[in-house]
Amino acid sequence: MSFTPNFSIDGDGAAATLRLSGRLTLARIDGIYDRLQAALAEYGAEHGVIGSIDISAVERIDTVGAWMVSRLATTHDAAIIGASAGAQVLIEAVGRSDQHVAIRPESVFPLVRIVGEVGTSVISTFSELKGLLTFFGEALIATLALMRNPQRIRWNAVVTRFETVGVNALAIVGLMTFLIGVVIAQQGAVQLRQFGLEVFTINLVGRTSIRELGLLMTAIMVAGRSGSAFAAQIGTMKLTEEVDAMRTIGVSPMEALVLPRVFATLLMMPLLGFYASITSVIGGGLYCWIGLDIPPLTYIQLLRDIIPMTDMWALLIKAPVFGVIVAITGCYHGMQVKSNAEEVGRRTTDAVVQGIFLVIVLDAFFAVFFTAIGWQ
Amino acid sequence: MGAVKNPKRNAPPALPFVHDADTPAIRVRGLRNAFGDQVIHDGLDLDVRRGEILGVVGGSGTGKSVLMRSIIGLQEPQAGEVEVFGISTLGPADTDAQRDIRRRWGVLFQGGALFSTLTVAENVQVPIREYFPAIGDDLLDEIAAYKVVLAGLPANAGPKYPSELSGGMIKRAALARALALDPALVFLDEPTAGLDPISAAAFDELIRELADTLGLTVLLITHDLDTLHTVCDRVAVLADQCVIAIGTIDELVATAHPWIAEYFLGPRGRVALAAAERRNNNGV
Repeated sequence: MSFTPNFSIDGDGAAATLRLSGRLTLARIDGIYDRLQAALAEYGAEHGVIGSIDISAVERIDTVGAWMVSRLATTHDAAIIGASAGAQVLIEAVGRSDQHVAIRPESVFPLVRIVGEVGTSVISTFSELKGLLTFFGEALIATLALMRNPQRIRWNAVVTRFETVGVNALAIVGLMTFLIGVVIAQQGAVQLRQFGLEVFTINLVGRTSIRELGLLMTAIMVAGRSGSAFAAQIGTMKLTEEVDAMRTIGVSPMEALVLPRVFATLLMMPLLGFYASITSVIGGGLYCWIGLDIPPLTYIQLLRDIIPMTDMWALLIKAPVFGVIVAITGCYHGMQVKSNAEEVGRRTTDAVVQGIFLVIVLDAFFAVFFTAIGWQ
Repeated sequence: MGAVKNPKRNAPPALPFVHDADTPAIRVRGLRNAFGDQVIHDGLDLDVRRGEILGVVGGSGTGKSVLMRSIIGLQEPQAGEVEVFGISTLGPADTDAQRDIRRRWGVLFQGGALFSTLTVAENVQVPIREYFPAIGDDLLDEIAAYKVVLAGLPANAGPKYPSELSGGMIKRAALARALALDPALVFLDEPTAGLDPISAAAFDELIRELADTLGLTVLLITHDLDTLHTVCDRVAVLADQCVIAIGTIDELVATAHPWIAEYFLGPRGRVALAAAERRNNNGV
């Protein structure tokens, strides 16, 4: 006996019978349904409708076969004959389930969708900005409240973050800025050599490192390391309802989770930024020594003349601001996690991207400002 | 979740299946599972007959889920044999025999495990696409449509994404996916966990109805005493690293094992028992 499903149409007019045979199962349904449709359409055009569907020769039937038989019976208004008791139950159950079900959400006209998406993202950008500002304000108010009750400051939590934000970042920040110092010196020397002014490489390395690059690189690295970690930690705590548990116990999440992280980053950023500037200067000095034959002592001597104290002030003023920005964005996105684990990932990415973006925007403002007040 | 278009997989494999009804649907012998020093199963034997609904119960940590994962090949046991319809499920997963076994079972994971980037109906289509890539899109949509309704979902649930569904609907959608290939054997891991009593009772009824209509063999892991009473033909009790008893609930209670007695005759067990008796008396 062949397992391949097959069919024949017997008789003529209203008395015609569609005889199905073989196995009407998912594995063998492919093709038979289309052939059946075509054959029935052809038969219908020539002879008229079929009156009954005989499935007594069907060797095995599953829900797909039952669906097919039931669908044929309904569309052609035919009676099903020769069904075993089990098949009858199956056909009835599947027949009841044969309803129109959309598979995908309705697609929207592309132009409408694009306009809609642009609008949605504009709105969400502004609401995000508003949320971030609100969060910053809340953090400020909580800080003022803590100032009035200094014994409530969680020094343990702050000091723990010193390690994760500051100490653990020393190696990677140091290596990165050292290499950047080398690269600036090398690239600068190549250009300045054309004018015979190689000695000005020291100006280039010294001033860019201290005033801009050392701190900027540190802020980017801290946003990537710590901002993301803050978002992921707090986001996970939101998911596991730890944050809600804190609130019900009467612990303010702002005091227990956000402010220690912000304080720690605020205090660590100037130290890391200074350290990064120095390693960058060392990197540049190494290149000057090896590549340009400027001995280290001369290098240091010249640096003292070249770098004004205002560069150091600029560094030390910008650093805590960047620290606060990075920490606040990280914590804000962590606190925005609501429903599922996927959101933690998305919020963590947002925290890093926005943290870095805000740092660079503020750095541009600082650069213009410091120049305007005469810190050349 | 793109379907792998592998021409070799088109034809349903003609394999020497043991079709005689005497072969148990699942046969486990001498199963041993251990994580480090912690032995979960040791010398576990289990037979699941064809066409029955077998409940698996046991205290937390007795390895109910590990047993299920061992049978479906997600957890490699340290020793023992596992056969489903007479074919061993251990060993490499990409042989034709293994694929054919996988085609004949459906699994409902505890959390639903729906693919979050696909709609409910597309989730149902994934297994069919994988095994029968030759089936055309129109027919595939029709099949997914009736499967969705068969699993007790409203017709408008088809184009929804898993994140838009309630807990009960996720379970039903997962059941629809588990039934996509018209399996002979279905594994259900805590199907009613996390559902409210009304949804849980409706889900129990759905399982019973589908099992009767489609002639399914079901291995059901549960803590829900009502499910055990209303759905299961037999119940296997896991304790002391093996199956300590298997049978109908009446038979189990008669064994007088202290844990079993506590389980079925404790305060919750008595309530479930009374409910089951009421249902029987009312002829429901």
